[in-house]
Amino acid sequence: MNAPFYIAAVVAFLSTFMVVTRRNAVHALLYLVVSLLSVALVFFLLGAPFVAALEVIIYAGAIMVLFVFVIMMLNIGRQTAEQEREWLNPEIWLGPAVLTLVLAGELIYVLSRMHGRAYALSVVSPKQVGIALLGPYVLGVELASMLLLAGLVGAFHLGRREGTGGERRP
Amino acid sequence: MNFLEAAMQPGSVDFLYNIAIIVIKILVVFGVIMLHVAYATYFERKTIGHMQVRLGPMRVGPHGLLQPIADGIKLFFKEDIIPAQSDKPVFFVAPVISLVAALTSLAVIPFFDGFVIADINVGLLFVLAMSSLGSYGIILAGWSSNSKYSFLGGLRSAAQIISYEIAMGLSLVGVMMLSGSMNLTEIVKAQEHYPLGMFLFPQLIACFVYTISVIAETNRAPFDLPEAESELVAGYFVEYSGMRYGLFFIAEYTAMIIMASIGIVCFLGGWNGPFEIPYVPFAWFFLKLYLLIFVYYWIRATLPRYRYDHLMDLGWKVLIPLALLNIVVTGIVKVLL
Repeated sequence: MNAPFYIAAVVAFLSTFMVVTRRNAVHALLYLVVSLLSVALVFFLLGAPFVAALEVIIYAGAIMVLFVFVIMMLNIGRQTAEQEREWLNPEIWLGPAVLTLVLAGELIYVLSRMHGRAYALSVVSPKQVGIALLGPYVLGVELASMLLLAGLVGAFHLGRREGTGGERRP
Repeated sequence: MNFLEAAMQPGSVDFLYNIAIIVIKILVVFGVIMLHVAYATYFERKTIGHMQVRLGPMRVGPHGLLQPIADGIKLFFKEDIIPAQSDKPVFFVAPVISLVAALTSLAVIPFFDGFVIADINVGLLFVLAMSSLGSYGIILAGWSSNSKYSFLGGLRSAAQIISYEIAMGLSLVGVMMLSGSMNLTEIVKAQEHYPLGMFLFPQLIACFVYTISVIAETNRAPFDLPEAESELVAGYFVEYSGMRYGLFFIAEYTAMIIMASIGIVCFLGGWNGPFEIPYVPFAWFFLKLYLLIFVYYWIRATLPRYRYDHLMDLGWKVLIPLALLNIVVTGIVKVLL
C-alpha cells in the first residue's frame, strides 16, 4: 500500500521542481498539471476519493485550462524566455530558498514527533463529505458561496461594455 | 480503492489472479470499443448518406462494410508531417492526451451487471474529470502547431468545453440526488423502481441539458466550432497528418461513445430493458448506445452550425439556469415525497 503513495509523491515533487525551472511558461503549466494530478492520486490513496476527483475537475481541469488559455493569448516569445533565465539567477533564488528551508525544517520536526501511521485507514465517502459540509460547517459553505457571488458580480461588471445595456456582441 | 487494495496485498495468493482478471477485462473493453469506433464512422457515413438521399460508402466490400478498415490502413501509411516551427514535445503529446483521457473513462462504465473494470465510488466524477482533462489535448494541439487556424480552434474549444462542462456536471447532480450515489452501478440499480426502469421521466430537464451539453463537449455538429471547416480549415488539428490525426479521430469517437454510455447509465436505465434478453447481458446497453449515437448523427445531418456567441449564450444563459432549476425542483420533490 505504501509504494503507490511514494511514487505519486516523488512525481509530485519532481514535476513541481520542473514547474519552477522551465523557461517556457506553457511547459511549466503542463508540469503543474502533472503535479496536481499526482497530488490527486495522493488524496485518493489517503482515502479521500471525493477530494481527489474534485482536485482533478476543478484545479487540473478548469483552473489550469484557464491559465493555459491566458498564457497562450499573451503570445510569449524569445524575450520572455530571456527574462525567465534572469529570474533563475542564484541571488533571486536565495531568499525564497532560505524561507522554504525554514518551513521544511519545521515539517521534518513535526513529522519526526508523530508516531504511528500518518495516513487515515478509512475511506471517506462523498456522502460523509456532504453531511460534514452542510452540517457543522454550513456557515463556512455559506460564506464561501457569498465570496464567490461577489466574484461573479465583479467579473460581470468588468466584462460589461460601457453605454450599452449589457447586451453585447463580440 | 477496493481493487487497488485487493491487488496490493503483499504475498496474497490471489495477487496474480486479480491482476490477470483486470488485464483481460481491459483488453476486452479496449478491443470492443475500438471495433465500435471503427464502425461508428461507417454508421455515420451511411446514416448521413441516406438522410441526404445518397448511398454512402459502397465500394469496399459488400455495401462498403470494409471501408473503416481501408480508412484505418490508409491513415496508418500516410506521411507524418511535422511543422518545422511547432513545439515538438507538446505537438507529439497532445493527441496522446486526448486519447488517453477518453479511454481511461471506459474503466468505470458498467456494461452489464457486475462487469466494470474499476467499481470506484466516485465513478461519475471520474468521468467528468477525465473529460475535462481531454480538453488539454485539443488546446495544446492548437497551441503547439504554431498556426493561426489551429490556435483559434484550440481557444474556441477551451472556452466551449469549460462552459458546457458546468452545465453537464450540474445536470448530473439531479441523478446523484435521486440515486444517492456516484457509483455508476448503484445509479443503474436505483433506477429499477422508476417508470420504465429509467431516470428519464423524473429527470427530463436534466436529460435535455445533458444531451445538448454532451454534443458541445464532444465538439460535434452543430457545436463543432473548434473545427469549423468553412472558417478555420479544420481547427485545432490542421497541422496533424497520418496516424497523429487518426489518434484525434479515435479520441473524438471514443468520447462520443463514453458520453452516450454515461447518458444510458444515468438516464436510460443502463443494462436493464423492458424484458430480459437471454445469454446476451449487454444487449440492451448496446441497443441504447446505437440509438444515442444515431441521435448524434441525426442532429449533425439536420442542424446548421451555431454562431460562436449564440453557443456561449445558450450554454450560460439557458442550460446552466435550467440545470440549477432542475436541482431545486428535484430537491423539493425529494423532500415532499
